[in-house]
Parts: sequence; structure tokens; C-alpha cells
Amino acid sequence: MDFSFIVIQTLNGLATASFLFIAACGLSIVFGVTRIVNFAHGSFYMLGAYFAVTYTPMLLGVMPGFFGFWFGVLTAALSVGLLAILMEVFLLRRIYRAPELFQLLATFGVVLVVQDLVVWLWGPEDILGPRAPGLSSFVTILGQRFPTYELAMIVAGPLVLAAIWLLFHKTRFGVLVRAATADREIAGTLGVNQTALFTAVLFLSGCLAGLAGALQMPREPANPFMDINMIAEAFVVTVIGGMGSVPGAFLAAVLIGLLQAFGIVIFPKITLVLVFLVMAVVLIMRPYGLLGRPETVGAAPANEAVPMPPFDAPARLFTVVIIGFLVLLPFFADDFTLKLMIEVMVFGLFALSLNLLLGIGGVVSFGHAAYFGLGAYGAALIARHFNAPMEAGLLLAPVFAGVGAALLGAFLVRLSGVYLAMLTLAFAQILYAVAFQWVEITGGDNGLIGIWPSAWAAERLPYYYLTLTLCTIAVLLLFRLIEAPFGYALRAGRDAPARADAIGIHVARHRWLAFTLAGVAAGLAGGLYVYSKGNIDPVSLSIPISVDALTMALLGGIHTFFGPLVGAAGLHLLKDFIMPLSDHWRFFLGALIIALVLLFPEGIAGFFRRHASWRKAGEARA
Amino acid sequence: MRRESALVSNPVLTAIGLKKSYGGVHAVEDVSFDIAPGAIMAIIGPNGAGKSTTFNMVGGQVKPDAGSIILNGRSISGLPPRAIWRRGVGRTFQIAATFASMTVMENVQMALISHRGDLFDMIRRAGGRCRDEAIAVLDRVGIKNLAERPCATLAYGDVKRVELAIAVAGDPIMLLMDEPTAGMAPGERRDLMNLVARIAREKKMAILFTEHDMDTVFAHADRVLVLDRGRIIADGSPGAVRENADVRAVYLGGAKNGRRKAEQPESRQPKKKPPETDPSESKAAKPDTANAVISPAKSGPV
Repeated sequence: MDFSFIVIQTLNGLATASFLFIAACGLSIVFGVTRIVNFAHGSFYMLGAYFAVTYTPMLLGVMPGFFGFWFGVLTAALSVGLLAILMEVFLLRRIYRAPELFQLLATFGVVLVVQDLVVWLWGPEDILGPRAPGLSSFVTILGQRFPTYELAMIVAGPLVLAAIWLLFHKTRFGVLVRAATADREIAGTLGVNQTALFTAVLFLSGCLAGLAGALQMPREPANPFMDINMIAEAFVVTVIGGMGSVPGAFLAAVLIGLLQAFGIVIFPKITLVLVFLVMAVVLIMRPYGLLGRPETVGAAPANEAVPMPPFDAPARLFTVVIIGFLVLLPFFADDFTLKLMIEVMVFGLFALSLNLLLGIGGVVSFGHAAYFGLGAYGAALIARHFNAPMEAGLLLAPVFAGVGAALLGAFLVRLSGVYLAMLTLAFAQILYAVAFQWVEITGGDNGLIGIWPSAWAAERLPYYYLTLTLCTIAVLLLFRLIEAPFGYALRAGRDAPARADAIGIHVARHRWLAFTLAGVAAGLAGGLYVYSKGNIDPVSLSIPISVDALTMALLGGIHTFFGPLVGAAGLHLLKDFIMPLSDHWRFFLGALIIALVLLFPEGIAGFFRRHASWRKAGEARA
Repeated sequence: MRRESALVSNPVLTAIGLKKSYGGVHAVEDVSFDIAPGAIMAIIGPNGAGKSTTFNMVGGQVKPDAGSIILNGRSISGLPPRAIWRRGVGRTFQIAATFASMTVMENVQMALISHRGDLFDMIRRAGGRCRDEAIAVLDRVGIKNLAERPCATLAYGDVKRVELAIAVAGDPIMLLMDEPTAGMAPGERRDLMNLVARIAREKKMAILFTEHDMDTVFAHADRVLVLDRGRIIADGSPGAVRENADVRAVYLGGAKNGRRKAEQPESRQPKKKPPETDPSESKAAKPDTANAVISPAKSGPV
């Protein structure tokens, strides 16, 4: 590697860093002020790119050259800012006091809706934008050619940083933003008009994301996958930098930019892994990122102290009825229904395993697909490479996932809140990257195929009963665990950690064990899934699978026994119903998630329970 | 029985040379004291005197920079709260913390289950465990009738009692109470402290408490430790402390009859409501910020 090469790669890294910073800093600012992790930031970015490739050619027609291009970029950024205001007014404003998970999920709903809208409006094909006038050629540096546009971008990042610094230090708006980031409670007492502030902050972040997307125009065509690709990297940047810290985001962007530029040369196979690995290491050493500060205690609404209903006689009766129904189902259902119900049971177990962390332990795992995928890949890998039979696969799947969860859990229990959620996400993304890039072992994008059950379970019917048996056992064990002192101690640690510690509860150890057990259960679900499908691919480790599990648990109600199971059945059957009817199932799913968050913040099962208790109260009064 | 002397033979707890600073601020400098079995000892002092820090060092919530704490002959300095609890120290928090998703009964059961070392039991239901004992504890603190109520629905005075029940559930040899009567109405304060004193007598339990309300302190403590700027300025019986010139200087700025004057802010205190609206703040190990009931002349130096 000679010197000129190092220089060029450094420049490449710095250009990437500029993009990352502009794309990510809005996310960080919004989190700092509103404490919302805005998944839709990636959608803003994508919309910025689409607006830019639409406006700029038109504007170039009116005024060719420099002004046409940059007007196009600017208009695109401002348009996205206006859309961000819409989102703030109609969605975020209603959920500022909701649990952080509901906020995350609601913004993910927006992601789904925008994805389908973009395809509907602009079509599925990539759209190439014009090049920047005057910046479309090369300069020669140390004998190597380097695009002038990239050179301009290296300057753009620090320019945006300087602009934000001026805005934050020289204007009243900026002072308010910094005050709110430092301490929301105090800012609230200073007579700050929070509503206006939040709207303005969303506008700013929308503009920045839109700008990043628009600046991307000469580099890559606008395409409908930009949002997810970008949001994962933007998360990494904001988390490494420290959520809410703009200079931190800049520092992290430079780090990641250089890492990518050189990583692709030195470790071409594991660039994806590398990025998330760095994030994991930073979080383990500095739990609040490079320049972040610990979340103020009490800044987020306290853990909802929703009483857990006892597992009483009606609950037992309900359990028996459900099991009885599932046992008898094959006598009057067709093959397709059985296939569907196998999936419902598998996802039910998966969602319930997540809820052990979420509802009982108060631990927000945002990458639960990791353990599902570990189980699925674990079973598939030993089947593919060691010709292991299904029995061994189903035994090893939970072990694989459990070990993975135990290892990650050991680091995780030191973190809290959003950082913990982000590290779980990072872990899932690392596994996703491994499965994707390690083609010789995992089959890469195509995954592994031909993973079939043993002969005795090869038919649908026996496999249905096998799934029913294993899922029932696992679910009942999880229920019992929640009812037993272990589950109570977990809840105690969630309700009042200091109190729990002062009566001898080692909260971190309980959480770690819960993490491990949740991993085991999710691994079993993954194992059952792979043998029911016959194949596995990296999608099973991806963000949408994690989000599915969260949606199921929240949909059903996380402070109930049956909620996650009900939610799993509801969501899976709904997906199955919508998908054949419409190409726009993402739109419907997203709209559904948003509606659910707005209408039933306590989940469906929770809603009915509350409704039932109202009725009971009414009867008592009468 | 009141002790006039600070010297105790056979103490249940001994603290020697405790020190703690936050950044450049010395919250506690060289604090030593000991407590006899069954004694009721109050720590008082103006805001920022180091009461809460001292208190939290004994409970394990704050690690001392230097010094040692010995419980029944064994060092507990630097141990985490859960380990100190296992050695027999129960505590309540300035802003009562209970497990809000559980019933009153389950809160107490939780402590009893932990006391038995069954926290990792994953098979047998928790609901049926230690019920009789839990009822007995609730009876002792006078809230047996609330056993099945969800904790989230209780009035603050009752929450304080639930917390007391949790703290005494394992029959500790020592009970720490951080501002046990903060946020309570005067009548409730008296009842609660009488109850605590009775439990201490019956169970031979030593009690260490911090308090802003001087009526509570002088009515119930048999020994008072006065802190100012992180140091002990007086240690003795309530009578002796009340007459102590240093204490009067710190508290009353030399004014005569200051005690009566000092009681007046009490009427401004809300009834049955915590002084701060956010209960989660109690977790933060900070110098306390609650209003000093008796200190109109001199505010906290830190």
C-alpha cells in the first residue's frame, strides 16, 4: 500500500464521513430534544434523494448550471423538512409520553408506509439524477484521480457542523435545543414552548436528512432501499458519538468513514461486521458513546407500573381451550391452514420469548431476530455441514441461541435504555452481516436450502404436532417462570431497581439469565421455523423480523401472559390475509402499527382487560 | 432509655473515618459513629451537610472513598446494597420505592422470598410463598387490610408503610430510614414513627434515620448526630444536642426560640404527596434537595 493510495483512501473516508454526518446528525438532535429514536429518519433521507432527482432536472431546465442544481438540492431538503413537520404534528406529538418502544415502533410504521408510497409514486426502478455542474470531473492528487464532487463533500460536512454550531450557540432556538438536550425537565420549567420547539427540531432534522439524500444524487441513483441502508449506519454513528451530541456524531462519522475506506481494503469480507463491531466495542467501553452523557434519570416516563394479572382459573381454562383447539384443528383444517398455524405457533413462542425481556424485565431488546436466526442457522448449519438429523438440529438450535444470548447479555446488562436497545440491534446486524457475507459457510444471500425434517416428521401433520408439543412445553415453562420468584424478581428490578437491590436482588444477574433464557426460547422457535420451511436466509436475522416480534408483543399487550401469543396470531394471520390481496402490504402494516400505537397504547389484550375491569367496576357499582 | 454518651460498648454498627467527595466537593469528611443494638439514632444537619451521603454509604448505594463500616464485627464497606441487606440491614428511601406492578402482599413476599434465597426458583409459583409471614409483617405495620391492593393505587402515606414492611420483612438487625416522614401529614408522621419505635423495641432492631422535621427527631431519637459541611459537629442525646452551642449556631444562626419558628414551613407541605413529583429521582445519589424545615437562617453550604 503506497502513500498516494493511503491519501486517496483517507479522502474517500472523509467524504463518506461527511455524508454520514449530515445524514445522522439530525437523528441525534431529535433524540437529544425529544428522546425519540426516529426510525423514519432513513425515510426522510430517501425522500430527499427522490425529491432531488425530481426537482433538479426541472430546475436545470429553467436555469441551467450551478443555481439550478443547488436550488434543486435545497428545495428537496426543505420539502422533506415540511414532511417532517407533518409527522411531528400528526404522530409524534401524540406519543411523547408513551413508552420508548411505542415511539420506536410508530416511527418504524412510518418507514413501512413511506417505502410503499415511494414505490407507488416513483416506481420500483432506480432514478439517476444529474451531476453537479462544475463538480463532475476529476482532480489529480499524487498521480491518482479523485472526483471533485467528493472533494466538495469533504468540505460540506464540516460546513454543516459549523452551521449547526452557529445555530446552537448564536440563536435563541439553539439555546433552547441545547437546554432541552441537557435536561428536559428544566427546559420545561423555563417557559419553553415545547410543542413549537419539537416541531422546529423535527423540521431541522428533516431538512438535514433531506439534504443528505439530495447530496447523494450524483453518487447513487435514488432507490427504494436507501432508507434501511442508511438508517442502520446513522444509528451506528449517533450511538458511537453519543445520542444527542452533534460533535460526537461528527467524530463518529469520521471514525466510521475511515474505517470503511480502509476496512474495504484490509478486510473486504467483513466490512459490515467491522462497523457494528466498532460500535459494540465503543458501547462496552463507553456505555453512553464517545461524547454522550448518561440519560437523566426520570427523563423518560418511568416504567409503566401496569399490574400483571394473575394466572388465575380463567387463564388456565383459556390455556386448556387453546391447546384443545390446536390439538383438534388437523381434523377439520386443510394443509395450508396447518402450515399457517405452525408459523403462528413458532412466532408466538418467539414473541413470548421477547416479552420475557420486554414486559417482565423491562429490557428493550431491539434485535431479537438475532436469537431466532442463531437457532435457525445453528440447526441449518449442522444439517448442511455435518448431516445432522432434525432431532439434533432442534436440540442444538436453542443451545446455539442461548450461548449467543448469554455472551451478549454479559455486556448488555451494564447498559440501559436506548443504548441497550441499540447494542442488541448492533448484535443482530453483525450476525446478519456474517450470514450475508460468509458465503462459503452460510450460503450468503441465498441462504441454506434443503433443510428437511426427519422421515417421521416429514409430512405436514406430524410436524404440526411436533411443533405444537414443543411450543406448548416452552410456552408453559415460560409462563411458569414468569409466575415463579424468578419472574417476580425480574419485575421487581424493572419497577424499582434501587429498591430491588436493597432487598438482595442482583438485578443485573437476573436480567442476564432472563436474556439467556429468552435466547434459548427464541432459538427453539428458529429451529422449528427452519425445518418447517426447508430453508433459511439472512432475512431471518434482519431488522424487520425483530420489529415483527416487537409488534406482536406490543400488539397483544406486554403486561399480560397471552398478549404476545395473541399478537403473533393476529399479526401473522393479518399479513397472510393482506399480502395476497395487495402489493402494498407494507403500507397497510405500517398504517396498522401507527394506528395501534395511537389507539391502544396498552396493546389489544391489555385493552380488553381494562375494558373488562371497567365492566366489572360498573357491575359492582350497580 | 436515653444515652448521654456517644460511646457504645458492643455496637451493632461502627463507622470510622468515612469520606466521600464528588468531583472537588467534599460531601463527607471524616465521619465516625457507632450505634448500639436497639438504639434509635437520627442524623440531622442543614442541606448539603452530608446526611444522605453518609446514609447511602451505610446502605451501600454510595461507595466511600475512605473509611470503614463494620456491622456486627464484619466489614461491609464498599459492598453493594444487596450484600449489605443480606447481612441484616434493611432500608427505606427518601421517596418511597415499592414494586408498583405488584400488590402490597406481593411486595412483602418478594422481600421474604429473597430472604430465603429463593430468587432463582423458576418452578414453584411465587404467589403462594411466605403468605403467612407476609400477612404477619403487614399486620405489624398496620396495613393488613391493604394486602391485595395493587401498590400503584395506594396513597403516599400507605406506600411509605408498604416500604417499611418490605424493609423489616427479613427481620433485619438494623433499619435505615432516609427521611421516613417526608411528604406526610403531621398526624401520619407521629403514627409512623411510633410504629417504627415499637418495632425497634420488639425486634431489638437498631434504627438510623435522617430527618428534616425536628419534632420527629426530638420525639423519637435517643441519640442525635449533627453533621455540617461533611463533619460531625455534635453527637449525643437529644437534650444535649439541643443545648449545644455549635448546633444552635449552624441551625438557628443564634436566634432564640428558633425551633418554633422553624416548624412553620411544615404547614406548606402537601398532605399525602411526595415533595417531588418524580419518584424515580430518589435513585440518584445526590445531596438531598428537600426543603430544610428548620433552617431558615442558613442554607446549605455545598
